[in-house]
Amino acid sequence: MEVPLEQRPNRSRFSQILAAVLVNAIYEMRNYPVVLVNTVLSPLSFLILIVFVSQGSLLGVAIEGGLIMSMFSSGIGLQSDLSHLKNDFKLQDMVVSSPTGWQTYMLGIAISEIVYSLPALTVLAILAYYYLTLSFAGVIELLAVLLLMFLASMAIGFTLSTFSSDIVQSFAFSRLISTLFSAVPPVYYPITYIPMPFRYLAYLSPTTYAAELAQDIAGYIKLSTTMVAIDWLILIAVAVGLFMVARSKARWREV
Amino acid sequence: MSVQLVCEKLTKIYGNRKIKALDSVSFSIPSSGIFVLIGRNGSGKTTLVRILATELEPTSGSATINGIDVVKEPQKLREKIAIVPQEARPIPWMTPRQTVLSYLLWRGFSVSEAKRRATESLEKLKLGDYSDTLNRMLSGGLKRKVLVATVLSSEADIIFLDEPTTGLDPISRREFWDVLSEIGKKRFTFLTTHYLEEAEQLADRIGILDCGRLINIGTLDELRHKIRYNYSMKLLSRPPDLEVKDGEVLTGKDGQTRILTVEEEAFRISRELSKEGVKFTINPVSLDDIFFYLVRQESQERGDGSAIGAATE
Repeated sequence: MEVPLEQRPNRSRFSQILAAVLVNAIYEMRNYPVVLVNTVLSPLSFLILIVFVSQGSLLGVAIEGGLIMSMFSSGIGLQSDLSHLKNDFKLQDMVVSSPTGWQTYMLGIAISEIVYSLPALTVLAILAYYYLTLSFAGVIELLAVLLLMFLASMAIGFTLSTFSSDIVQSFAFSRLISTLFSAVPPVYYPITYIPMPFRYLAYLSPTTYAAELAQDIAGYIKLSTTMVAIDWLILIAVAVGLFMVARSKARWREV
Repeated sequence: MSVQLVCEKLTKIYGNRKIKALDSVSFSIPSSGIFVLIGRNGSGKTTLVRILATELEPTSGSATINGIDVVKEPQKLREKIAIVPQEARPIPWMTPRQTVLSYLLWRGFSVSEAKRRATESLEKLKLGDYSDTLNRMLSGGLKRKVLVATVLSSEADIIFLDEPTTGLDPISRREFWDVLSEIGKKRFTFLTTHYLEEAEQLADRIGILDCGRLINIGTLDELRHKIRYNYSMKLLSRPPDLEVKDGEVLTGKDGQTRILTVEEEAFRISRELSKEGVKFTINPVSLDDIFFYLVRQESQERGDGSAIGAATE
């Protein structure tokens, strides 16, 4: 029996995005409190380590590093979450065969990743408020760096999710990415701490440029205007480039 | 407006494997009641469902549901369909209420409307007592019910259920049939299964798919008329001197013998077997028999000797 058009719901984009946030963040944290504790504590572990080893001298840099890595992990988290929801629960198939478009699904899942990181971001923001000296323009610049970092990592996560067909592959991608983009690059300390030939290796990661900019904004290092411009350009180019790759790989309906 | 599901020469070849999952499938059925697609594992059932549910592009051919082109107008069709895919399972960290609610939000319902519909749907499926229990704590049968509750709660006119009862115990499966039967009264339900008994119980129309080809389609009565035999006899083993004058004898790999025959011959064989003290059962032909018969016939036409593990004479 056909439901008449006038009785069909007025589809709300807000509801569709809310569904993703509930499924991929809120319900998980609400029903499994240990997840909430983990989201708060995990970005702090590196921060604590760096602060202890540097006897407190790198606290500010480490807080910025924590913020960058939280945003980066949020974007990369897209990879394992999309793959998990698609392959293990067939949720994506159910959504494909529904009035939700792929843009809304992606936007919802991306926002859910930010929501998932909110507890950690809140703790780090409080620490930043007390321990970082930033002008209003500096705050805006730092937010822009964090947003670009999130967009670039989201594009990486999205592209990788199209390759991984099960959870084991997906976890392997996640571990590989965090080693490449968080352990090697100087996110939690200045780049000058890395001995010379390895410094070039660090410049292969977009997190390095984000960290350099953040450290310059807070006055921990002094970059030339040219270097600042180059760092911004590279970050923007990486985000846009990766998005284009992700867009060309994306297929809502399989072939 | 056409109220039919029409497939024309629908073909799907999986690119990297060069496997023909669907081979020029054409049929036309009314888009009402319950249509059950039966077939062995790998026969192409899921591929067909995924194409019709706009999840997968066909290699060639076309399909329309109620006049909407599955390939060209997916967005329009998605307004009217809902699916429970094969191997779908409710997310373990969510409760049934959260599962249904979030699905309705995904379909664009307001929060208040979604809450109302979720409660209603869970009650209808007798899941009220489990509404706030984590999905991971539920039995297999209840988990499947939760998924059906999601699509049932929606406004979709067309429901695809891909092997919804696979893995359920016989009692849960039967309970599930009542639910499916109810859904089929109000919406067009396209269901796949490899349980022939399920198709027999639920279907208004049945399609038989084998090796990507649609072998036959029709109501159970129409399919019964596809074979000229009306009785099916099953014997644990066949006496060596038993002669079947009018019928088909299928011997399974386990030694069990199935004889499809006409009434008069069935009574003659029965008398003979009784005289020899051989145990047997005799029933009117079931969908099971029809399926075996038609699939074997199709395999013979294709020159494929591996027809459902049965030797015939």
